[in-house]
Amino acid sequence: MTAPILELRGVNKSFGPIDVLFDISLTVRAGEVLCLLGDNGAGKSTLIKILSGVYQPTSGQILMDGQPTSFPNPRAASDKGIATVHQFGGTFPLMSIGRSFFVGVEPARGWGPFKRYDRKTANAVAVKAVRDFGITRIDDGDRLVGGLSGGERQSLAIARAVHFGARVLILDEPTAALGVKQATHVLRIVNEAKRRGLAVVFITHQVMHAMAVGDHFAVLIRGAVAADFKKGEKTREEITDLMAGGASMSSLEAEIEGYMASHGGHPPPPAH
Amino acid sequence: MNLSALIRRPETGSLISLIAVILFYVVFGGVDLVKLMGAASWLNLAANLGIVALPLGLLMIAGEIDISIGAMIPAGSMTVAILSGHYGLPIEIGILGALALGLCVGLVNGVIATRTTVPTLIITLGTLMAVQGIILSSAMLLTGNASVSITPPDWAKTALGLMIAGKYQVVIWWWLGLAAIFFWVLHVSPVGNWIYAMGGDQTSARNAGIPTNRLKIALFMLSSTAAAFVGICGAIQFNSAQVSGGMGYIFNAVCSVVVGGVLLTGGFGSIPGIFLGTITFAIVSQGIYFTQIDRNWANLIIGITLLLAVAMNEYFRKLALSAGTRKKGGKA
Ligand SMILES: Nc1ncnc2c1ncn2[C@@H]1O[C@H](COP(=O)(O)OP(=O)(O)OP(=O)(O)O)[C@@H](O)[C@H]1O
Ligand SMILES: [Mg+2]
Repeated sequence: MTAPILELRGVNKSFGPIDVLFDISLTVRAGEVLCLLGDNGAGKSTLIKILSGVYQPTSGQILMDGQPTSFPNPRAASDKGIATVHQFGGTFPLMSIGRSFFVGVEPARGWGPFKRYDRKTANAVAVKAVRDFGITRIDDGDRLVGGLSGGERQSLAIARAVHFGARVLILDEPTAALGVKQATHVLRIVNEAKRRGLAVVFITHQVMHAMAVGDHFAVLIRGAVAADFKKGEKTREEITDLMAGGASMSSLEAEIEGYMASHGGHPPPPAH
Repeated sequence: MNLSALIRRPETGSLISLIAVILFYVVFGGVDLVKLMGAASWLNLAANLGIVALPLGLLMIAGEIDISIGAMIPAGSMTVAILSGHYGLPIEIGILGALALGLCVGLVNGVIATRTTVPTLIITLGTLMAVQGIILSSAMLLTGNASVSITPPDWAKTALGLMIAGKYQVVIWWWLGLAAIFFWVLHVSPVGNWIYAMGGDQTSARNAGIPTNRLKIALFMLSSTAAAFVGICGAIQFNSAQVSGGMGYIFNAVCSVVVGGVLLTGGFGSIPGIFLGTITFAIVSQGIYFTQIDRNWANLIIGITLLLAVAMNEYFRKLALSAGTRKKGGKA
């Protein structure tokens, strides 16, 4: 078996006195989707920020292709082919679609200090990437991002990562703001990236989305890997419970479903 | 260019402000338009102000502000006057010394801004005071005077302090040249994109691989050095430097930049806008002398212009955000 593209070994992360991640060991392999699951505040975003160079681990090792490495800043990670869509932000409301798409990797003509930003290419590539994503309403790369809907903005950010992610694609709750059609499209994109041999790290709170694309699941509970298993090794109910931080969610879910079935589709009144 | 492309430009509002101001003076002030346009008074003001407003505008587009420019202008004058006037060192040393001081103050501003989360308004308020203190005390200690004279050699006088046709300051050319360079940086070079991204969302910009800290420090160094340059030109032109003065530049430059369509919270603006905003400010404040209007009203007119310009820029920004949403007319 080939070495995993990315591997974390015993990674800890603290922010001053606050310990967020404990002894994380994980592997991310080519052609595989790793689903990171866990409750709010479990440390998922912090973990992927370590993989994308935003944070550096307090201790522990990052390996790429079996070699110890480090990502001192986001540029270092993106230079190695890791593209990330962070949970929040990622687009710039008052910039044009073309400019926003290429922030930090601007296409240019000319040389040295006389490099000129190539607006035509930027706009054409960005518009094509977003349209390929199913957002066909966009045909003008000069439009400002702030004029797009939330889901369109998120699609733009994902399209950008797909365009630049050469080896690893990291998506932090990419489907959170998306409509059914676009969310399905993201899942399709993830599968497509996997088929092309990319490694994908996918964070979601939706069991169905996780089960649709995941090959490998890691569950974080309060900053530690509580479970690490392969597709088919656990049932949907077990995964749901783990995602909720170990609480018995699936039984509650079943209870609610049962209540709704016996009360003509009405959810139970809120508990007091 | 179609209408939505025009509306998206940050300078559209400032162009309208400028036209409105000129119209106001012509219609209500009885100004002779040709005389006003050729007047040296507002051009000289615009040039000095503009050299500071350009880098300040970049900083504001990047989401920061620098008010220490108010102390850097007299600091630039004083440094060149003390080094080359009081101590008689070659003018090159004096000029380089003043520019180096500008670079240092900018470095301090930038480093504090990147290491802390203190708003740059407060940081540069601190360095404003500090630089004032340093300049006043070193002038008194070294020369025993709050005003120092200097006799610059001919070449320096020609390059930095010349009066063309007896009334136009040579800094007008410097301003135009710098405006062209700044235009290149912001609108043509890829670095311009970094500045917009940083002002739009600093975290996302950093996550996208932009060296936001280095960029911020560079922008601060640019603005305080530009302020020192204006100070140097003043000292060379008037053969003397005073420890006071320069404070007015803070408000005037911020005003010019904001009238020019730069968003105070960053991420939006343009060099043509800042350029037009500076001209608008200069014409409002100097044009009053060409009217029959009592000049004591000048500040009132400036205030109203500022408010109207900001309201208009806000309106255009909203339009810009929705421009292109509905498809009407031809392709962009
Ligand atoms: N920069 C920081 N400084 C201090 N604490 C932080 C910082 N970033 C995150 N934390 C803390 O780390 C914990 C994990 O945060 P993280 O954003 O990784 O959670 P998450 O699993 O992504 O949650 P969610 O599902 O809500 O996105 C939280 O308790 C948070 O308060
Ligand atoms: Mg998160």
